[in-house]
Amino acid sequence: MLQVNAVDKSFGDFMAVCQANLSVGNGELVAVIGPNGAGKTTLFNLITGQLWPDRGKIIFKGEDISGLLPYQICKRGIARSFQIVNIFPRLTVFGNIQVAVLSQQRRSSTLFAPAQNLAMEETNSILESVGLLDKAANIAGSLSHGDQKILEIAIALGNEPDLLILDEPTAGMSPEETAATLKLIKNLASTQGLTILFCEHDMDVVFSIAQSIMVMHQGRTLIQGKPEEVREHREVQEAYLGGE
Amino acid sequence: MFRGIIDLKSLWPIGAIFIILLILPPILPRFYTYILALIFVTSLLAMSLNLVLGHGMIFQFHHGVFYGVGAYTVALMLSKTSLPMWVGFVAGPIAAAVVGLLIGWFCVRLTRLYFGMLQISLGSLIWAIVFRWYSFTGGDDGIHGIPMPPFISSLNSAYYFILIVLVICMIVLYLILKSPFGSTLEAIRDNPQRCEAVGVNVRRHQLKAIVIATFFAGIAGVLFVVLERSVFPDLLFWVLSLEIFIMCLLGGWFTFAGPILGAAIMVALRTFVGIFTEYWTLILGVILILLIFFLPEGVMGYVLEILKPQAREVAERRGE
Amino acid sequence: MEIGLDALASQLVVGLSRSMILFIVCAGLSFVLGVLRVPNVAHGSLYMIGAFSAYGIAMRLFGGSSAGFWLALILAPLVVALVSLIAERVLFCHLYEREHLMLLLFTFALMLIFGDLVKIIWGADYRSISAPAFLRGSVSIFGAPIPRYNLFLLIIGPLVAIGLWLFTNKTKMGKISRAAAVDREMVGVIGINVSWVFAGAFVIGCCLAGLGGALVAPTVSITLGMDHTIIIEAFLIVTIGGLGNMWGALVGSLIFGVTHSFGVLIWPQFAIVFPYTAVVIVLLLRPRGLLKSVW
Repeated sequence: MLQVNAVDKSFGDFMAVCQANLSVGNGELVAVIGPNGAGKTTLFNLITGQLWPDRGKIIFKGEDISGLLPYQICKRGIARSFQIVNIFPRLTVFGNIQVAVLSQQRRSSTLFAPAQNLAMEETNSILESVGLLDKAANIAGSLSHGDQKILEIAIALGNEPDLLILDEPTAGMSPEETAATLKLIKNLASTQGLTILFCEHDMDVVFSIAQSIMVMHQGRTLIQGKPEEVREHREVQEAYLGGE
Repeated sequence: MFRGIIDLKSLWPIGAIFIILLILPPILPRFYTYILALIFVTSLLAMSLNLVLGHGMIFQFHHGVFYGVGAYTVALMLSKTSLPMWVGFVAGPIAAAVVGLLIGWFCVRLTRLYFGMLQISLGSLIWAIVFRWYSFTGGDDGIHGIPMPPFISSLNSAYYFILIVLVICMIVLYLILKSPFGSTLEAIRDNPQRCEAVGVNVRRHQLKAIVIATFFAGIAGVLFVVLERSVFPDLLFWVLSLEIFIMCLLGGWFTFAGPILGAAIMVALRTFVGIFTEYWTLILGVILILLIFFLPEGVMGYVLEILKPQAREVAERRGE
Repeated sequence: MEIGLDALASQLVVGLSRSMILFIVCAGLSFVLGVLRVPNVAHGSLYMIGAFSAYGIAMRLFGGSSAGFWLALILAPLVVALVSLIAERVLFCHLYEREHLMLLLFTFALMLIFGDLVKIIWGADYRSISAPAFLRGSVSIFGAPIPRYNLFLLIIGPLVAIGLWLFTNKTKMGKISRAAAVDREMVGVIGINVSWVFAGAFVIGCCLAGLGGALVAPTVSITLGMDHTIIIEAFLIVTIGGLGNMWGALVGSLIFGVTHSFGVLIWPQFAIVFPYTAVVIVLLLRPRGLLKSVW
């Protein structure tokens, strides 16, 4: 579904991403791992249009999407959550997700119908699937950090994406919250058939659910393969897992 | 259409206020009727700005331009052409919205401060042209003695006309804010990057909001002419724009009715303090400073924070 | 329309000298904007206080003598510096952690207060002061009558520019100010009292506004609306020049002053439209300004 081919991105002299390759197939659960500064978030930003590649192509469902604006890429079926919580603090939890749903339904500019009556079914079902239904009326800014990270994912779900990209979905979470989020991701992949691409620092999370792992180091792709292959790979062991 | 968005309990006080306002003119001295009407016009202007400022965080620094364009359009059409008067009334807001679209289209590509500066420069250009074009716009004298249709030519009838137009506009603005357009606008205010990521064309949405806001500013301009029967270039000067800005902040820019409160306070202050002293701007400056130090969310914002614990918690978490 | 060469030359000089005044005022605004990151709406009021103070010192204290003028030129900016120091230390410095919109609002409140203070102290009438004896009248250069005072301004302007450049690049305080403009946290970390840096920058910026007001005093009528007109011009100039950039302020001032003179020659009724149009054109092509901004 998604092909990243030999993509470069530099900021001044600093090469953040260099000849990166990534392949995500339909219905797959793919993880990108790498030490801090390896370029994972930059790569995600390139895929979703916050940044544009200097060289290389990004192909999604057969179409070259490098150089498109974020909202255009979203409309083509990619939704993402952000590493640093990026919600709408002044809106309610319901309102947060509803923005995405309304955008998906192309009703963001509808002028004369009360918003709170629209898109209720879709928004509520998303709230239910992530377990936030009881907090729907709370102001988003007042949620705990863990709940806000879940809301991050929920907003992305509002776009009914073909490809869901999660940037460090369990960062800053307690072990219980991490386990719950893991279950949620597995659920989304299996029952809703979503294709999911995520990046993580927590190796247990990654190796327990990912079907394919891509390892980045200093902006380059070291390898992409099944978890066993990656674990055995010498370069990966040296560069990253180092000393395990 | 209205189901669920209007809290029936709060309708009673609003209705009561409306009825009081309806019966006041025969009772009050002319001067007070005039002041109330002026408050209505200014409230509409402030609310039109707050649509983009408080609900969209768009730094519309020169909103007064659109007010002035609406006022001058209707003034020129009524005093210099022999077209039917209603044409002028309709042309005012439309002209304001067209200018809003033009200026907005250039400005919306820029981020906040630069948006504001470009708008100030474009607005100042318009002011300079109006200010100097003595033969057409009356220059710094303005235009006076603009004829009005007979059914609104007395002060009391003008008052009722303005009040009714204000109420209609308020209802429309409320519906717009409660609609998906409004909630998306507020989402853009809170986090434009996230909105882009969920598929919203942020710039186009903001431009639409600007056009709506400038349309209502144009209506306020027309109402001004109905009340005053004159126009002056001061309507287009940046000081007025900054004053409207302050009305929104003063009343509470994240609330719906805050700007009305702000407008009422400013107009009332200017009038009544001005009776006692000619240094009313000094008093306004001092009040502003007190506000900045003690009531940063504006008067209504402060009141709401006390009444709604959730809002207070969010404010505390943001460290205010 | 025939425009004689001498009319052209004399308008050009007038325009350039007006640019010099604008530059001095805008350099101050730009400096404050660069270091404090705050657009000071009251900057025009301080310009006006400078002009009125110069009037008060030259005419009231020294009876309009030439020596009085020179003293006014030195003392008026000091008066303005004192006023701005009081405003900064008593009120402004408590707001530095707040949102920029609040700071802008504060400077607007100051503008309102200063405006009325001037009215209270000096009244609402027009005032004027005359230039010192040897700067009155005009000299003839290539047959064109050039007012002496304008030539004086043409010399003062570059002097101020050089002085400012020396200050920001060669003195310790100036370098600290530049550093604080770029990274205020770092400056605090290395042990410098950032609060006093801000106070100093604010006072210097306002002092320049006062100097501009004192210098312009003999050439215009000193009135109560001065603050409103100069501040909008200063903001536009600083924006087209590049926020916080002193050379940008110079470039912007030159554009503004020269296009204004051009307008006076070609279409006097709409002379003021020319500089505004120039500003609009620059902002449409280069919305971030012509030169690099400090931020």
